[in-house]
Amino acid sequence: MSPTTLYGLCGAALVGIGLYGLLTEPRLLRKIIAFNLVGSGVFLLFGVVARRGADAGLGGDPVPQALVITGIVVAFSATALAVALLLRLHETGGGVTLDDEAESPAAERSKP
Amino acid sequence: MTALTEALAAGPPAGGGWLVAAIAWPVIALLLVIAGGERNAARVGVLALPVGFTIAVKVALDVAGTGAGGLAYHVGGWAPPLGIALQADGLSAAMLLVTAVVTSGAGIYALADFGPPREGQSGRTTLAFWASLLGAWAALNLAFLGNDLFNLYVALELLTFAAVPLVCLDGSAATLKAALRYLLYALVGSILYLLGAVLLYGAYGTLDMGLLAQAVRPEPAAWAAAGLMTAGLLAKTALFPLHLWLPPAHAGAPPAASAVLSALVVKGSFFIVLRLWFDALPGLATAAAMQLVGLLGAGAILYGSALALRQQRLKLLVAYSTVAQIGYLFLVFPLAFDASAGQLVAGAALTGGLLQAVSHALAKAAMFMSAGLIAVTFGHDRIAELGGLARARPASLLAFALAGVSLVGLPPSGGFAAKWLLLSAAVATGQWWWAAVIVLGGLLTGAYLVLVLMRALAEPAASVAPLQPVAAWRETVPLALALFAVLMGLAGALP
Repeated sequence: MSPTTLYGLCGAALVGIGLYGLLTEPRLLRKIIAFNLVGSGVFLLFGVVARRGADAGLGGDPVPQALVITGIVVAFSATALAVALLLRLHETGGGVTLDDEAESPAAERSKP
Repeated sequence: MTALTEALAAGPPAGGGWLVAAIAWPVIALLLVIAGGERNAARVGVLALPVGFTIAVKVALDVAGTGAGGLAYHVGGWAPPLGIALQADGLSAAMLLVTAVVTSGAGIYALADFGPPREGQSGRTTLAFWASLLGAWAALNLAFLGNDLFNLYVALELLTFAAVPLVCLDGSAATLKAALRYLLYALVGSILYLLGAVLLYGAYGTLDMGLLAQAVRPEPAAWAAAGLMTAGLLAKTALFPLHLWLPPAHAGAPPAASAVLSALVVKGSFFIVLRLWFDALPGLATAAAMQLVGLLGAGAILYGSALALRQQRLKLLVAYSTVAQIGYLFLVFPLAFDASAGQLVAGAALTGGLLQAVSHALAKAAMFMSAGLIAVTFGHDRIAELGGLARARPASLLAFALAGVSLVGLPPSGGFAAKWLLLSAAVATGQWWWAAVIVLGGLLTGAYLVLVLMRALAEPAASVAPLQPVAAWRETVPLALALFAVLMGLAGALP
């Protein structure tokens, strides 16, 4: 197996694990981390595409490498926004899941 | 490499500079809003609206002047595949215009809720509203003009980042949950889109739609990419059964924000689905795939309308109506598929879909704004207790009813023209089952709107709480948008 194929399979595995986590994890922080796993898998695939598309004598195709930087910045901003929203949700006593029934201990305490 | 040399030899196209202005102006205005701070956010924001509106009109006039060709612009003078192209055709111009109209309307309407803060009052939500509104405008314009799949990915993400704060402006736990659910759906959607884009780049070495259309062959890599990108975009457009995030997000937001979210934001990702299938991957469409997309659209129409009928709250009813109306947009795909040629053709069905997007944007913005005024008047939006509305707030009710006329599809509204074109396409291509769905959806829409109107025209309950006053100028905004939606069918009938 060539290193490129190995990287590709790792990327696919990360996407799969991340999607599984996104669907099954009820807690929001874990969902956000799972989203980051999917993102990492996709970014690895960018690297694979760059390596496979390289012309002779070059280490890699520069276009996917340029794209992946933008992708990482976007994923970072998305994570920051999601975590900020989650923190605010926790502060307002809304718990740490999207479940409407489950009340968090913080919500119990903050009740008058 | 022949495409590269040809593109370089052809030189940059002329006259596309206004396309850059359409994207850059809202970004500049957004930066000015942030620089101006909480006290000046509303003033700067509202002054930015007419400039952006003028740019959109200018682009639309230029596009109309070029005939069918449309405008193009190569950023930095670099032609694809080295550079990124922007392009505007009739579809883009129509969406630019309706975005400018609805954004400006929402901005004016919002001056009452998000105007300059009074002494001693925090202006944080004001700043957040105006920054998000202008950010969403920039992202939408980029989505309508972009011609590069990665550029469109950036547009999609910017749109999400601008739309999510609009959902949770009031900061309550319920709206924060709605915003987080929306954000998660949107992030999964865009990462799937990105995965599809990287597969296409790996297989064909370009992300430019024009070059992809020539290169793409029906093979597993292209199918996987098309499937992933479409699934991601459908989640962002809230097509049934991926609509679960939409009703709480759109119903919980302040009315001006709901109007922008429901009227425009979901259209951004829909527009990219259209571009993807009609412009980038025209040879990939198969009859079965298009029927499947149409089936999801039909599911959205019937399920969304049925749930709208059962809602107790006016804003939730309007939000479920959005779920249903999004379904009509996706009937374009089976109806525009030419079985003998084996590909999608731009014809009556595509025009009908565009008209549906535009007329729904106007009507739904009007509906959310008038629902907001009704909620202010009564202090609640429970449909069962809307008695006396016709006397208390006739202009708002009229705006709501006129918007409803367009949603149901009664002549001469834009909704009628859209559904008529879709119906004729269904008859012309012999797909009677879609015609049945369109008619049934119209009946259900009529039913849930008549339920609201019946309550509103009833006598007020004896123990009604004192009604809150609403500035008269606020009622003119939804009324004007609803009139646009109703009269649009007449304008469409002229050429």
